[in-house]
Amino acid sequence: MFQSIMFYTFALIMLGAATGVVFSRNPVHAVMFLVLTFFQSAVLWLMAEAEFLAIVLVLVYVGAVMVLFLFVVMMLDVNIEAAKRGLTRYAPFGIGIALLMVVQLMQLIWSRGHGFAGTGGFAATPEGYSNTKALGAVLYTEHVYAFEIAAVILLLAIVAAITLTMRKRPGIKVQNIAEQVAVRAKDRIRVVKMDAEKRQ
Amino acid sequence: MYGYYLTIVLAPLAAAIIAGLAGRRIGRAGSHWVTIIGVGLSFVLSSLVLKNMFWGGAEAENIHVYTWAVTDGLRMEVGFLVDRLTALMMLVVTFVSLMVHIYTIGYMREDPGYQRFFSYIALFTFSMLMLVMSNNFLQLFFGWEAVGLVSYLLIGFWFKKETAIFANLKAFLVNRVGDFGFILGIAGIVTITGSLDYAEVFASAESIAAQNIEVFPGTPWNAMTVICILLFIGAMGKSAQAPLHVWLPDSMEGPTPISALIHAATMVTAGIYMVARMSPLFELSTAALGFVIIIGAVTAFFMGLLGIVQNDIKRVVAYSTLSQLGYMTVALGASAYSAAIFHLMTHAFFKALLFLAAGSVIIALHHEQDIRKMGGIRKYMPITYWTALVGSLALIGFPGSSGFFSKDLLIEAVKESHWHQGPTVGDQITYWIAYLSVLLGVFVTALYSFRMFFLVFHGKERMDAETKSHLHETSAVVTVPLILLAIPAALIGWFTVGPVLFENYFGDAIFVSENQDVIGHMAAAWHGSMALLMHTVRTPVFWLAASGVFSAWFLYLKRPDIPQAIQSKMSGIYTLLDRKYYFDDLWIKGFAAGGRSFGQFLYQRGDQMIIDGILVDGTAKTVGRLAGVMRQIQTGYLYTYAFAMIIGLTALLGWLVWLR
Amino acid sequence: MIGLEHFLTLAAMLFVLSIAGIIINRRNLILLLMCVELMLLAVNFNFIAFSRHLGDETGQIFVFFILTVAAAEAAIGLAILVVLFRNRRSIAVQELNTLKG
Repeated sequence: MFQSIMFYTFALIMLGAATGVVFSRNPVHAVMFLVLTFFQSAVLWLMAEAEFLAIVLVLVYVGAVMVLFLFVVMMLDVNIEAAKRGLTRYAPFGIGIALLMVVQLMQLIWSRGHGFAGTGGFAATPEGYSNTKALGAVLYTEHVYAFEIAAVILLLAIVAAITLTMRKRPGIKVQNIAEQVAVRAKDRIRVVKMDAEKRQ
Repeated sequence: MYGYYLTIVLAPLAAAIIAGLAGRRIGRAGSHWVTIIGVGLSFVLSSLVLKNMFWGGAEAENIHVYTWAVTDGLRMEVGFLVDRLTALMMLVVTFVSLMVHIYTIGYMREDPGYQRFFSYIALFTFSMLMLVMSNNFLQLFFGWEAVGLVSYLLIGFWFKKETAIFANLKAFLVNRVGDFGFILGIAGIVTITGSLDYAEVFASAESIAAQNIEVFPGTPWNAMTVICILLFIGAMGKSAQAPLHVWLPDSMEGPTPISALIHAATMVTAGIYMVARMSPLFELSTAALGFVIIIGAVTAFFMGLLGIVQNDIKRVVAYSTLSQLGYMTVALGASAYSAAIFHLMTHAFFKALLFLAAGSVIIALHHEQDIRKMGGIRKYMPITYWTALVGSLALIGFPGSSGFFSKDLLIEAVKESHWHQGPTVGDQITYWIAYLSVLLGVFVTALYSFRMFFLVFHGKERMDAETKSHLHETSAVVTVPLILLAIPAALIGWFTVGPVLFENYFGDAIFVSENQDVIGHMAAAWHGSMALLMHTVRTPVFWLAASGVFSAWFLYLKRPDIPQAIQSKMSGIYTLLDRKYYFDDLWIKGFAAGGRSFGQFLYQRGDQMIIDGILVDGTAKTVGRLAGVMRQIQTGYLYTYAFAMIIGLTALLGWLVWLR
Repeated sequence: MIGLEHFLTLAAMLFVLSIAGIIINRRNLILLLMCVELMLLAVNFNFIAFSRHLGDETGQIFVFFILTVAAAEAAIGLAILVVLFRNRRSIAVQELNTLKG
């Protein structure tokens, strides 16, 4: 019972936050709502005993990706009013499609005969079960190649992001340390011999 | 002998290539020397070949030179079949060609296309030799088309002259009609025997004759008849038999040496030669022979009539050529192949002579060809006069001349032919048409020949004073060939008639079946040239010719007003003759214009409207319109595509949830 | 008891909400990216729920990789956004129609 109350509470907060993401006028607010959504889903994942992923979600997503979003939103000087114009025009349409899809999905999930409706709770995990350990045992054995590929993908993302955003600015003065170190005296001064000037 | 044959064929070809490609470098004299040497070499070697055949008793040779391709069992080869028929043809071709080469030096002296002309005539000699020396149908067809091509090039030699271009195109197209039949005939032979080789085809001639072909479903025709008639249609094109004769008079637009070489002596005889060569096939189809003799008779008589109304000196000779070719064709149809070939040979000499003499007159008069503006040239040009007289006498068959022997015996052969002995009414009708045509043709021939002769060389001098002041005999390069041609034109008949016709000169080269062997039949009554000469006064041929000459003299020298009166009284007939029986109109306004308008129709309706308009442009337009509609969807905006994905997802879900 | 279907329902609502967000916020690229993040979160919910339901950790491994790829995608997407903004001084979607046919 307590669990149910907790679930519904967090679920409602999460859906509310997601609604905020969709409908908020200010992108900064939207990002903040998104952060809240991720927090709530992390909590819900904890309830589903997926502890490792819940923590990863908070650390990686909220800690890194969302900050990146926030950073970009703040860096870009977006005209909010222009971006938000036409919101109401398409709202009925979007909501109509959404409702239609909700009906379809609900029917899919709750109709009997599909095999999983009304199973009544998850089976309890065995004694001394560690989600992190179990995941690690699978990740580093069975899925180790995929894991390596994921690492490469991340590296690729880093390289791509840097390549895309880096730009050369002409006219910026920089020091060339190697050149400075390698310089010789004769490159810098020229000794000129000349006769003494006559008194005038 | 293998080396001889190759040299005979290749020497003119090499000369043609040198004169044609390097003509500018070797100059005018260089090009006429190289071609004359090439053709002269061929002539000397051909004489040796003939000598070996005639006195040396050499056997016929069938030489395989080169296999060009073998496909599906069909061998396409190059080879030489040199028998007595071939040897005779080779000599005629190379001799006349050599004379024409020499003559051309004088005739074309001032022409800018001098080297080109020599290249063409040497190339022509090569083509004609390939034709007559062939031992298979493919090479025959090659030579056949090659002479047609060279003829086209030479008729249009003066390619800036409108009428010459028209004439060469006409010659080419009319020959296409004949060649279409010819190649169908060859195709028929290949289909039935599976071979192109003469020897193999002749060996299976009996089996061809035993088969039937259904050209139209339900009407079986004898295969041999169909093939022979198709082959003869080819001969009709090349040898200018009615109704495919229309190109020959127009081909006089070309230079005169060409008229002598191609359109009198050699190329036009290719059809006659071909039919004689195919005698083992034609002998097996009486129906085809009937077709041949009727066509020949019509050509011999009616084309001769046209000669009477022509005023262009070369055209008169051209119509006489048509008429004489008709004579040869009649002989073929009467199974007197050797008589046809004999007449071919004598005709080659005297007709080349006549043409060259006409050319000599034309040069002397500065390219004036209208006989109404000539007259009395006799005293200015004695050599031309006497040689032309020899040629004309030979043409009308004056006793003792070469034309006398060939034509007299030809008419005799028609009279004695199997058509006369034929049991059915059809045979008799055929006989009478043929016999009357050739007999009356003699009178017509004498009339138009001497009409031209008298108008040109005798009577009042009708040319203008300017021309008359320059009038003199032409140079030696012109007169020497005339004299050299006049000798055989006068004498060759006397010496060769016996051996060639009656002493079985041709042997196996010409096949005549037992019951149609008119020449063999006549050989029994042969007592030598002298006897024939003595006998001549009693034949109608002599008197017809004599009356023709007399009529010409009376009408055109004594009383020139009579032809005028006849012309105005009988304007209907005159117009018919003047318009050449409307054959030109039939071909040009009928078939050619019809073909053009049909082509115009197909081009406008079929090509432009249906294919271009509906199929090609229509397809493009339809695609364009559909694409225009589709393009409205491709806005380029991200959200449109995202929206489309969402709609698709919803639809997929709906299908999954509700419809499955 | 809170079971599989509750989680699935929640995920479905989250997903539908993000789809509505894409349609409604069609003018703003940043919000579109955020909605995509939300969608991925909804998918992750499903994976975790099924993993728990079936007692198989592979589902959670999937979530792990999805998080990885989503992080990379966010990084690259935002980098593109920054470059776009730098070049055109705007990230308005309605001006990005060079793909128009």
